[in-house]
Amino acid sequence: MLIIVGTVPDPAVPVLDASAILADGSLSVGDRALPPDRGTPALLAAAASACAFLGIEPPHAMLVGDEGLGRGSRELYRHLTEVLPSRTCTTLAFHYLQPDVDWHNKVLMAAQAMAGPPALVADAGFMYAAKMSGMAGEYALFTPDAGELAFLADETAPHPFYTRGFILQDENRAPELIRRAYEHDNAATCLLVKGSTDRIADRTGVLAEITGPSVEAMEAMGGTGDTVTGMACALMEYGLPAPKAAQMAAQANRYAGEAARPTPASQIGELVPHIPNALKRVMEELP
Amino acid sequence: MALTDLFRKKSSGPRRQSRADRGLLVFEHTSEVIRAEKLLKESGREIRVMGPPPEIQKGCDLVVEFPLMEKLDILRTLAEAGTEPLETVPVTGPLLAPVDLFQIKDFGDHLMVRAANMKLTVEKSTRTIVNVSGGGCPDVPYIAARLIGRTLDNAPAPREIGHTLCGYALELAHAEMLRLCS
Repeated sequence: MLIIVGTVPDPAVPVLDASAILADGSLSVGDRALPPDRGTPALLAAAASACAFLGIEPPHAMLVGDEGLGRGSRELYRHLTEVLPSRTCTTLAFHYLQPDVDWHNKVLMAAQAMAGPPALVADAGFMYAAKMSGMAGEYALFTPDAGELAFLADETAPHPFYTRGFILQDENRAPELIRRAYEHDNAATCLLVKGSTDRIADRTGVLAEITGPSVEAMEAMGGTGDTVTGMACALMEYGLPAPKAAQMAAQANRYAGEAARPTPASQIGELVPHIPNALKRVMEELP
Repeated sequence: MALTDLFRKKSSGPRRQSRADRGLLVFEHTSEVIRAEKLLKESGREIRVMGPPPEIQKGCDLVVEFPLMEKLDILRTLAEAGTEPLETVPVTGPLLAPVDLFQIKDFGDHLMVRAANMKLTVEKSTRTIVNVSGGGCPDVPYIAARLIGRTLDNAPAPREIGHTLCGYALELAHAEMLRLCS
């Protein structure tokens, strides 16, 4: 089972712990409809679409409403520490959550107490907390964008906002920043660095680069990184090692973007319907 | 923590980067620290009054340690009460400065401004905010939902509805966009 943990931007949403279903473009978790227009719902929609294409069970969601005050995140953190040790899954992904090092450490311990234990994926706020905790190496995959890579590379930075001059970097510096992130043990076993060139890396360096097709408008679209991460999680759950899953997800996201023919005003929901064909194409090209 | 708790002996040394998600509010006078402590604790914040690190030479000899991700909301609470700090700094890197440069990308019909880890895109002809991208704190989707589809003239400023450092970065992008589109 693939479990995806994150937040939705509505503080009225209680902790949800149910399967995510994508049907006719509409995403629901339990009885609650969640527009897959940004954030964790976009990741869930991409993962659900990919799981359906791959013929595996849909992702299970653990969500809560949080508008940024962190109250919902802390409620969900508490829920996770209570339920995870008795649950089973093979891939466990954390997404938009209020970064909190103390809660991160408690949740990580609970996840590591699970049978298996599962392969861990972190993106967005939870990746920030994972890096700050000094426990990044416990994760199978981080999916930073270029600015977040700079944050991982800066051993003193508490948030991408404070990164020491790396954040507006030339993307050509990515291999150097990847090396630096590993030197300071601030990276997961595998990194998928999202950018104009997507890079898959591990401690040995860059393993693969994905450069095309290049769809310029996607740089402005919110959620393109979420769909990449969602597909990577599904492909890991399908059984692929993290580097291969990340490479295929990055390539499929570009194909889906190309098929959606977006403008800078396009929303991520327009990309999701193209995921099955994009994955089909990638699996034929990268067997 | 009350002020007297400052003098309690710690039972063990700090873990590696264990306070990396905390920031410091630096005030000019101790009375302001006390007022801020009262205000923030009454609003349910998890804050502590601490002695400042030696790198901080300005202000009084006390600082308020706070969850860095809640910076925007905390600063707003203090501003509303007329108790604004001299500055805020991260605990582990008091000499670090926030990113203050912008990246601008012109798509023709659309203009994108990036500040730190946040991007804001506007349709030039209508001044409509069409996309918000980047960031990892949970107020980003919340702010995005309230900005997208509205114009620069009638959308709320991120500083009014955001709560975190990502929200603060988006505020910078929004302010720069307003400047560019004026």
